[in-house]
Amino acid sequence: MASQKEVLIDPIFNNNPIALQVLGICSALAVTINMSTTLVMCIAVIFVTTMSNLAVSLVRNRVPTNIRIIVQMTIISSLVIVVDQVLQAVAYDISKSLSVFVGLIITNCIVMGRAEAFAMQNGPWLSALDGFGNAVGYSVILIGVALVREPLGSGTLMGFEIIPTVANGGWYVPNGLLLLAPSAFFIIGLFIWAIRSWKTDQVEAPEYEIAPNSQYKEAI
Amino acid sequence: MAKLDKDSLGNTFFIAIFLCLVCSVVVSGMAVALKPIQKLNKELDQKKNILRAAGLMAANATESDDGKSIEELFAQFTVRAVNLQSGEYVDVDDIASYDPIKTAGDASQSISLTSDEDIATLRRRENVSLVYIKTNGAGVEKLVIPVRGYGLWGTLYGYLALDGDLNTISGLGFYSHKETPGLGGEVDNPKWKQRWQGVRLYDDQGEPNVRLVKQRSPVNSTAASYEVDALSGATFTTRGVQNLVNFWSGELGFGPYIQKLKINGVAQG
Repeated sequence: MASQKEVLIDPIFNNNPIALQVLGICSALAVTINMSTTLVMCIAVIFVTTMSNLAVSLVRNRVPTNIRIIVQMTIISSLVIVVDQVLQAVAYDISKSLSVFVGLIITNCIVMGRAEAFAMQNGPWLSALDGFGNAVGYSVILIGVALVREPLGSGTLMGFEIIPTVANGGWYVPNGLLLLAPSAFFIIGLFIWAIRSWKTDQVEAPEYEIAPNSQYKEAI
Repeated sequence: MAKLDKDSLGNTFFIAIFLCLVCSVVVSGMAVALKPIQKLNKELDQKKNILRAAGLMAANATESDDGKSIEELFAQFTVRAVNLQSGEYVDVDDIASYDPIKTAGDASQSISLTSDEDIATLRRRENVSLVYIKTNGAGVEKLVIPVRGYGLWGTLYGYLALDGDLNTISGLGFYSHKETPGLGGEVDNPKWKQRWQGVRLYDDQGEPNVRLVKQRSPVNSTAASYEVDALSGATFTTRGVQNLVNFWSGELGFGPYIQKLKINGVAQG
């Protein structure tokens, strides 16, 4: 049985849902164009993952195996709708810019993955911690990506100008690539590289090795 | 008590129904409880956008420079329903909740546009739309009309504000669009929006003639007074914006109404 601390801290760097498990990439691409939407998205995911893990764990002994996935989906989608409704009521502007991505938390692989892999086997307290930890791990990467994308892509951070762009009379020509989704792939790739250079046990063994070339000596 | 068989048929049904009940109560309870705040937010947002287009409020502010709230500022505007074809005022039952965009989807209350007419790619246009008028004693000070049209990824929804002469644009702002951030999304750039101020809308024949161009005509020429800088890297968005402005101020949009307003003044419309 894992200790509470491990369950909470591990997913942040040692077993990060994005960097190691490569889950939840879709929303990491979509919402990281600017920091404020990223932060709201992170809070929403933290809430949904924690609560869904807690709820799934509470009912885990009663849920028939055949319909467990649907049960998890129902719980998760209800929570996501609640988050969406609350956002529309208290942070209307941000909910407009997040629009469909809040709804898409339902399909975020991390939420579903934690419910099925962890909450179905563990007690409520531990499951809630696990959900929280994983969502924080997700958030760390998202905030990191947004920290690169927003300043370099539009010269701002949280909407405040930090690099004066040419369009506003400064010197910086914004890099348009960083405003498009593929840039998040590059940045996440670099993060994975950095984390694996630091924690070398995350590096997977190569699936095959190229045999040395035994023919055509003159070609070498 | 015998150990519960969680995979039994009975338990499966029980769990499924019970879960659905609990979840639906939570979800619908939340939706009902928050509905009034959400509706208020939507209306406030709408008003904010109208005020921004009219240049009465800065882009990120929640009140005007002299400290008036959105409600106070908006109270200066009169909302009227207009028959687009005749250009005359009509009465609608509940003007606060009348939604021209929704009406455009109703075949009995809208007309279908031929592809020649339909430069803004709307497919259907409502018969009755809304105008927001700010008067100062005798004449019109600002006129705000709702506009919409297709850009690159989707429809842009916004407001076009005209000055009292009903020929000079005082502002254009979009409250909803799907354009690429940084490229077409620059329609939200306050610097670019400022360029709309003072642009002339109608040419000498009374046709809307706004152009978004790469290269401005010489300063002070007549042509230059109809021109706005295009957005670089956003050809389709730019074309869409040009078309939607010209469509909504033209014959099939608010053109007839604006003509009548020019001749008759506010009183008769």
